[in-house]
Amino acid sequence: MIKQYETVFIATPVLSDTQMKEAVAKYTKLITDNGGEVVYEEDWGLKQLAYPIQHKTSGFYYLIEFKADPQFVATLETQYHRDERIIRFLTVALDKDSIAYAEHRRQMRAGKAAAKAEEVPAEEPQAIEEPEIVEE
Amino acid sequence: MAAIENNEIRYLNPPTVEVRKKKYCRFKKAGIKYVDYKDPEFLKKFLNEQGKILPRRITGTSLKFQRKVAQAVKRARSLALLPYVTDLLK
Repeated sequence: MIKQYETVFIATPVLSDTQMKEAVAKYTKLITDNGGEVVYEEDWGLKQLAYPIQHKTSGFYYLIEFKADPQFVATLETQYHRDERIIRFLTVALDKDSIAYAEHRRQMRAGKAAAKAEEVPAEEPQAIEEPEIVEE
Repeated sequence: MAAIENNEIRYLNPPTVEVRKKKYCRFKKAGIKYVDYKDPEFLKKFLNEQGKILPRRITGTSLKFQRKVAQAVKRARSLALLPYVTDLLK
């Protein structure tokens, strides 16, 4: 039986970008190796914690939506527990309403990203024009 | 007789009639089916200044969604998106 899950973990703020990518790669690999499928990933970046955890006031948040067998969740959480880089995690099973919400959320974020991407090319021609004026 | 008695009722001060807006469940009205724990700004509407969950009698949320709000707030707290205890949240 395959169910859809959503997991958020907080990694220690001392990690470098590459270390963070390694950690993410480790968990996505763990999911795919155990017959799961990663539906969606989202990097929230470095965020301030609402209260200190292990004397740390910030952390890297990362969200993974995946489909897997219910028994796999225990494996994933054991891995989280053993990993010193992870300071907090939460895994939630998604029902039909939350799956619909997650899809809607994804589209909203994709729409926002597209809107931003559109704005950037609009600015670029101006940036190119300016040096020409300086040269003249 | 009754008509005369009715006419004789006089108030010293004009009776104050409180017109209270009827509370409603915002989830039912907006057709929201799932309360997201990943959105702390939205969940703050259901918390008081100390970060406690407000009762239904104040927010007007229906029981079904109050349970979902409570669940979402607790999840957000465990992910340090919302504080467990605080002062001056808003």
